[in-house]
Amino acid sequence: MLFQLIQSTLPGKEKPGFDNLYFFVKKKQGVQTERRVIVVVGGTKIVVRGGKLVAVGICIPVEVISSLQNPNSLTVEIPNSDPIHQIRPMVAAKMEKSAADLPASPGLSSVLKSLKLKTKQQELLIRVSVLFLVYVLAFITRLFSILRYESMIHEFDPYFNYRVTQFLTQNGFYEFWNWFDYESWYPLGRIVGGTLYPGLMVTAAFIFWTLRFLRFAVHIREVCVLTAPFFAANTTIVAYFFGKELWDSGAGLVAAVLIAICPGYISRSVAGSYDNEGVAIFALLLTFYLFVKAVNTGSLAWALASAFGYFYMVSAWGGYVFIINLIPLYVLVLLITGRYSMRLYVAYNCMYVLGMLLAMQIRFVGFQHVQSGEHMAAMGVFFLIQFLPSHQYSRPTISRFYVVIIKAILTSSYLVQVFNFLDWVKYLLDDPKKFHTFLRFTVTSAVGLGAVALGVGTASGYISPWTGRFYSLLDPTYAKDHIPIIASVSEHQPTAWSSFMFDFHILLFLFPAGLYFCFKRLSDATIFIVMYGLTSMYFAGVMVRLILVATPAVCLISAIAVSATVKNLTQLVRSKSKPAPAGSSKGASNTKASSKGSLEQSMPFGRNGAIALLLGALYLLSRYVIHCTWVTSEAYSSPSIVLAARGAHGQRVIFDDYREAYFWLRQNTPPEAKVMSWWDYGYQITAMGNRTVIVDNNTWNNTHIATVGRAMSSYEDEAYEIIKSLDVDYVLVVFGGVTGYSSDDINKFLWMVRIGGGVFPVIKEPDYLVNGEYRVDKGGAPKMLNCLMYKLCYYRFGELTTEYGKPPGYDRARGVEIGNKDIKLEHLEEAFTTSNWIVRIYKVKPPNNRW
Amino acid sequence: MIKISLCLFLVSVPFFAIICSAFSEDRPTDRRVLVLLDDFAIKSSHSIFFKSLETRGFDLDFKLADDPKLALQRYGQYLYDAIVLFAPTIDRFGGSVDAASLLEFVDSGHDLILAADTSASDLIREIAVECGVDFDEDPTAMVIDHTNHAVSETEGHHTLIANDDFVNSEVILGSRKIEAPVLFKGIGHSINPSSSLVTKVLSASPAAYSANPKSKLSSPPTLIGSAISLVSVVQARNNARILISGSLTVFSDRFFRSGVQKAGSTTKHEKCGNEQFFVELSKWVFHERGHLKAVNVRHNKVGETDEPSMYRIKDDLEYSVEVYEWSGSSWEPYVAGDMQVQFYMMSPYVLKTLSSNEKGLYYTSFKIPDVYGVFQFKVEYQRLGYTALSLSKQIPVRPFRHNEYERFIPAALPYYGASFSMMSGFFVFTLVYLYTK
Repeated sequence: MLFQLIQSTLPGKEKPGFDNLYFFVKKKQGVQTERRVIVVVGGTKIVVRGGKLVAVGICIPVEVISSLQNPNSLTVEIPNSDPIHQIRPMVAAKMEKSAADLPASPGLSSVLKSLKLKTKQQELLIRVSVLFLVYVLAFITRLFSILRYESMIHEFDPYFNYRVTQFLTQNGFYEFWNWFDYESWYPLGRIVGGTLYPGLMVTAAFIFWTLRFLRFAVHIREVCVLTAPFFAANTTIVAYFFGKELWDSGAGLVAAVLIAICPGYISRSVAGSYDNEGVAIFALLLTFYLFVKAVNTGSLAWALASAFGYFYMVSAWGGYVFIINLIPLYVLVLLITGRYSMRLYVAYNCMYVLGMLLAMQIRFVGFQHVQSGEHMAAMGVFFLIQFLPSHQYSRPTISRFYVVIIKAILTSSYLVQVFNFLDWVKYLLDDPKKFHTFLRFTVTSAVGLGAVALGVGTASGYISPWTGRFYSLLDPTYAKDHIPIIASVSEHQPTAWSSFMFDFHILLFLFPAGLYFCFKRLSDATIFIVMYGLTSMYFAGVMVRLILVATPAVCLISAIAVSATVKNLTQLVRSKSKPAPAGSSKGASNTKASSKGSLEQSMPFGRNGAIALLLGALYLLSRYVIHCTWVTSEAYSSPSIVLAARGAHGQRVIFDDYREAYFWLRQNTPPEAKVMSWWDYGYQITAMGNRTVIVDNNTWNNTHIATVGRAMSSYEDEAYEIIKSLDVDYVLVVFGGVTGYSSDDINKFLWMVRIGGGVFPVIKEPDYLVNGEYRVDKGGAPKMLNCLMYKLCYYRFGELTTEYGKPPGYDRARGVEIGNKDIKLEHLEEAFTTSNWIVRIYKVKPPNNRW
Repeated sequence: MIKISLCLFLVSVPFFAIICSAFSEDRPTDRRVLVLLDDFAIKSSHSIFFKSLETRGFDLDFKLADDPKLALQRYGQYLYDAIVLFAPTIDRFGGSVDAASLLEFVDSGHDLILAADTSASDLIREIAVECGVDFDEDPTAMVIDHTNHAVSETEGHHTLIANDDFVNSEVILGSRKIEAPVLFKGIGHSINPSSSLVTKVLSASPAAYSANPKSKLSSPPTLIGSAISLVSVVQARNNARILISGSLTVFSDRFFRSGVQKAGSTTKHEKCGNEQFFVELSKWVFHERGHLKAVNVRHNKVGETDEPSMYRIKDDLEYSVEVYEWSGSSWEPYVAGDMQVQFYMMSPYVLKTLSSNEKGLYYTSFKIPDVYGVFQFKVEYQRLGYTALSLSKQIPVRPFRHNEYERFIPAALPYYGASFSMMSGFFVFTLVYLYTK
């Protein structure tokens, strides 16, 4: 059953209190025989028959009989006994309010108006100040790390971003764009400009240049440190507008507050966490908001804005693939559920075509939108919606022909013209049966053709297959079996329940409730957020780091739950205290009051129950705030480059070994020295130590990493050959046996074995295990106790007493006494060990002079 | 005026040479030689050898090996450029010298002549082992050869060997062929298989073996045939040179003057080859021959002269290096046709033989391959007897910049046509759409 849109809003007059008001006319064979009017209010359709409401419910086509002559004088009478109405009192109230507005008597209305305006202003004031406070809160809650430690860059990847940003601000954009970095991935080098998402760096540099222009003499480091909190604060504003678009401004405010302090988001956006995700979540949410706005309004301008939001997202983070797959999926769902509209058509086409063209400007992405398997869904949906017959324009005489051409131009594709040709054919063919046959034939052959094209493209290599990362998202066990380098990263592990609880707290329970509310008031927008929420929750379950992507959806959906519940409850509470609030600020009317009355009859203890529930909600929300603050300050504000521990007397002990080691490298090694370490520390060594590294965190060359893994897991003389072939001068290992720091190289060692063994089968994992058990004590495997990594970590460790009452050589990270205390190094010599032994640097000796 | 200053300069050159007589990069020949002896009798019994050194300008400082004042260094500076260790029986050096400090002396680029003998001490053996040479562990063993011994009335055990199995290298042994066999009487050594730097200069004949000549063979000898080396040289990685001989007697005046007749041969040489052999060998050890230096390693783009800090793929570049050989008194151009340069990143991408202008300059030019990364210009020139030249110069090669690609390519003309026709078509359509009823 096809509906054709004739008018998108009420003609003339100011918009009534509806969210949307659409008129649909059912069409039969080109002649308007039957008309029906469906008023869409916030996702719920209210069917009006002869000026009377006959049905309220989720969009199910209802046979409608009569016509509506004058839409301006729409009045709706809602019978009290209507059971559906009882379920949705709010909608009805809104309906009534606007209906009452239109024919209101002049005297009463002027009084109301003055009152209303004032309230509106007050409300605006409250809203703006709440939003402002949330904005500030979102920023300052992320400053714990600066207060606890100092203004510094955190972790691993941010150091690369920082180094690149420094380069950008010093050498300008074109140098950055063409930067060939020969200090990393020696001897292969890395084209930095073409292998990164430049959005973050350009953003920070832009902020830096702006501040400089305004004569604020800031250092680029400060800008980088504060970029993530700044964008997190901006995200709250976007969340507000998104919530408003989805539900109402109350939900928007709640969403802003929830997302401002949600640990799932804070984990990646504290001050110093200068990583792509910091700006990408802002861009993600902005794109989604603008797209939903475009779908709701059908406006080209919003669609264009969302394309630019998409462009920013693509420039900032590889997670844009989520957008380019979620949006087509959403379009498909709308198509299947019969919600396809011209608004959707405009929004999607504009967003896809422009977004794709813009995204191609990012060097790292390039032609992936037309060449890679991950982007094919969007293209398929794009072609698919060109099939669907276009709808009437206001000028029916020549418009059909133009629509075809508009579509062709919009899509910039000659191929698509063939599909749009259908419309024209349909226009020419009078007999619908003929047309349907023709359509079926064309659609079938086109789908077949598309499948063949996809198959040929994939087989010929023009369309690249899905990447390993993408596979591992769809199948959580894929990476473990096939790509150890992805599986080895802790943030790529499947998420534990505890971390869901840790990152979402009460949102985890509010999320299903919010879904319930969304389904109750289904609209294009709520369908979107439901899909976003469900898909991202799935991905969050697959990989820990993707909790981040799910966080905005969870916050928004939970905000809907909180807002709707609290609103309903307060209305319940207030209706009792004011039995007949006629003409109140909320615009309650007799109808509403009576609806409340009817509700009350069904819930005799409604008011007390409502108060109790309200208090409960308040308690829960305050627990959420406490939890979030605690998590932020305790768990997520540690820079991980400086470690903190509690000493014996409860005082804070700082281990600043990493920076000590990198500073030593910078000061004491020749400038062209090459440092070999496991790839985790590559970015830090180049950024802080300013020395060439063999592998780093940009894990683009598996063989190179495997070579390092092989060197680390071989005996010393075998490793020496590899080390010499890579021109390595220094070897750096991270060791936690003295401090009890558990994420050190010995604990990562099995991954080195696995990754090395994946490329070089001489390295076999069972050689390092005893009965499937990984041990470093006397019972350890002989190869384990003599491999290079073991030797470098435990060199002279056997002489050291780490803990009172334990034998010397007691490894505190693993809680055992090491098995090989007598370690002799032949080709390497200890060059530097930091004060807590966390970082140990060895110099590679030149070959023996006389042999 | 210019003439006078030139004269002054010319006069001052030998003067400077005396002042700067110490071993240096520019003048690699050794000057100050420490001779360590078991007793001073050796000084007179080996006087021909020492005399030949002194006539070639070396300052010989004779000391007893157990001299308590013996010192190699003073204030962190080495006092000598080379050591001749003619003390095969010494168990402990005097003063602060021990095996380790002696090896350190070698590792800092100085030369050593080491002579062992039948009763070689553990100390001497240890030093030899550290240089990659293992003397026969049996202290009483000598090299015996029943087919290639020298004809002698007094010697019945066939331990006096007349051998002419020299290494085939003019650099080491000089250009004049050694006609007479070399007399040898002493212990044999083998070369540690893991050592790649030792060269056998004088190896034993296939019939030789190492055993105690005075007792019956109870078990097969461990060292047999041409695996036995009688005299070996080592050129260390830092180009320090070491001569190891299994006999001290071979340097003696008695051997130097002696005539030789090989068993089974009718030719009787008036004078054996020892003098020529060891004097030439000492020239090589003390860097009077076979010492190369490479200077002025340069590379630049074709048409430019400055050395860039980075190349681009597909650049044409020129590479040149100058190689000179030390003649004992001056640097002469080194002429060879087999010097090669590699453009290397994990494996050589370009391998080219350098052309020579016969004046020491080696040059070539090539196009950088279409591969970016950190490359090295590598010259690995290792020839027997010559100083090992190992030059590597790191240079990054970057890909094209965004504006270095061709802007318009003919193959893309259909696409240009498509986009421009689309643009104009859109324009026309807009006009039609907007201005027709």
